[in-house]
Amino acid sequence: MTSDPTRAVRPMTRRRALTTTAAGAAGFVAASQLGFPAIVRAQADAIRVGHLTPLTGFLGQLGEYAVMGATMAVDEANADGGALGRRVELITEDSVNPGVATEKAQKLIEGDRAACLIGEISSGSALAIADVANRLQTVYFNTGANSDALRGSNCNRFMFHVEGCNTMYTKTIGLWQQRQGLIDGAKWYFLTADYAFGHDLYRVSSKFLEENGGINLGNDMVPTNTLDYSAYILKIRQANPDFVYINLAGVDQTTFLKQYNEYGLDYPLAGGVMDTGPFWAAGLESLSGHWQSLWYHGLDNEASQAFTQKFVERYGKPPENQAWGEYVGTQILLKAINETGGTDSMAIVEYLEGGPEFDILKGRPGKFRDWDHQLLQEMYVVEVKDPSAAQDEWDIFEVLEPQPGPDQDLELIQPSKEENPCSMA
Amino acid sequence: MVFALEHMANGLLVGSYYIILALGLSLIFSLGGVVNLAHGAFYALGAYFAFEIQRRLGFLGAVIVAPVLVGMIGMVIETLFIRRLYREDPALTLLFTFGLAMATEQSLRLIWGATGLPFPMPGMFRGVLLIGDFIYSYYRLTMLGVAAIVVIGTWLLLNRTPFGMIVRAGTSDPEMVRALGISLRPVLTAIFGLGIALAGLAGVMSAPLAGVQPAMGIEILTAAFVVVVIGGLGSFWGVVVAGLLVGVVRGLTVFVYPPAAEASMYALMVLVLLLRPRGLMGEKVARLE
Repeated sequence: MTSDPTRAVRPMTRRRALTTTAAGAAGFVAASQLGFPAIVRAQADAIRVGHLTPLTGFLGQLGEYAVMGATMAVDEANADGGALGRRVELITEDSVNPGVATEKAQKLIEGDRAACLIGEISSGSALAIADVANRLQTVYFNTGANSDALRGSNCNRFMFHVEGCNTMYTKTIGLWQQRQGLIDGAKWYFLTADYAFGHDLYRVSSKFLEENGGINLGNDMVPTNTLDYSAYILKIRQANPDFVYINLAGVDQTTFLKQYNEYGLDYPLAGGVMDTGPFWAAGLESLSGHWQSLWYHGLDNEASQAFTQKFVERYGKPPENQAWGEYVGTQILLKAINETGGTDSMAIVEYLEGGPEFDILKGRPGKFRDWDHQLLQEMYVVEVKDPSAAQDEWDIFEVLEPQPGPDQDLELIQPSKEENPCSMA
Repeated sequence: MVFALEHMANGLLVGSYYIILALGLSLIFSLGGVVNLAHGAFYALGAYFAFEIQRRLGFLGAVIVAPVLVGMIGMVIETLFIRRLYREDPALTLLFTFGLAMATEQSLRLIWGATGLPFPMPGMFRGVLLIGDFIYSYYRLTMLGVAAIVVIGTWLLLNRTPFGMIVRAGTSDPEMVRALGISLRPVLTAIFGLGIALAGLAGVMSAPLAGVQPAMGIEILTAAFVVVVIGGLGSFWGVVVAGLLVGVVRGLTVFVYPPAAEASMYALMVLVLLLRPRGLMGEKVARLE
């Protein structure tokens, strides 16, 4: 290979080739670990909240909303006098992957002296952060990671969950489907993201299906960041199910939905998780079916509408459920600091375990379950709107009903003590 | 068995996408001598430009205009930067294109945000075709057509035009070409522009299928390299064969054992390189064979 095509050949020796590739590779790896905090200067008197969220990678688009939600909550708190009369400072870091998340969690707590941690969307990274939080005895609010194991075998006393768990998502849509008679005797085909979150979700969703009389036709483990689903769609068509159930996350949801629509198969779609961002990215004409939602900007309760309006005024687009998670989580965290009169972790833990109720912008207030620290809250069954009824590109869902219903126990969609092996001894 | 056939046929369609993706990379490498790590960045840029253009000129307008714009940017980059690096250590073009890739991805993120942008399937290509029991989406058949046009067009350019003759001569013996009084500089710029335009075209074609988001370039970069390596560095038809092969192998892997689907192309590359280090149709590498 010539290095200069217009001049004499310059031999590329083997050694040079090797050092070149090595330098390139090392540079690549090193550079991909870098991420810079959004706010660096720390005030001596301020209360620092460490915020970790994936800003790059296949969850990056959700992370962007997380930052918007958290920032808005902190700014509102500061406009209102801060917490305990002190300014609140949000330090956001890109968590990238579990390894980087561990380092950054440590850095936020020990280096930046953050009083508490909040955030994360990837279940793998959340687990890493939880370990650090537990070891360094700092409260960590999980606002985006869904795996049951985080509330189960990996639970710890310093971690609280604002985000719903896989069982909640599964039961929200599952109970509705069961009432519609869509499960008993029906054949389902699964597509599952091939990593920790997907595996956990498949375990929970296939169990629910089989317990309620459904037939599991098969499951395909799909590598994350798969760009082409045509082969999987062909397999679905060859299996001829009654339903297609997808346990995919982030960008993969978008890609699958677009391509499923491309092939025009008419098997109804459902899934074990639904984040509004990826659905917006797919475009309304690619969407169909009934889904579960943790929170949606179209909810008609007053608090929710107020939040949505403020968000739109500030950012020019409506909030995604991840923005809600960070916003509500930050508010609860700051309230706990105010109520306990300080940033002592154990005091906050005990306060939250006492079960105080919080306004979480939903029809019913939320409170943490004391034995696994999951926020008990309602979720919603939503239906994809007809494109003719949509008022803008974000207006994609019709909210059908809250789940559990207004008169039902919030525990209905939660994993029971038998299903959840959490013990915080 | 029928199912397997359907997957193989689908694999050929998927392969046509890999061809468009990898051909530009191969051209720039074989004829320009540059390992272009920014290939993915231009792929993403093509998709983003298409997103903006298709709102005003429709999808067909985007398919024509976006790659041209991206190609022009490629030529500017070649003239301003890459040209100075030909004489230097090859590591420098690697580092430059790598830096360019990262800078581009972050710029896309800054300008358009990290959220995926909705790119609708163009109306004229919606729908599926049923041949017997085999289902094909019109859009992918169109992509096959585009790949065919690109391959034939590039081949004709390289083998039936004076320009192509100079390009091929410049690859094997640049000294002699200079001795004959022909400057290779504009030729290299043009080749670079063509390769980058093809990257942009691949991005445009993939947008209706996989959407538009800032990380899209990094994801396909390794796939493009793998296809070029399997086909053989320096070979035109190698890329075509390798693209189709990767598509078929991937499709069959999904059919049989999906978790290995993304890894299958790497396994294929290892196999090919073990048996034939030059790649399927590459130039003989004396040291290794």
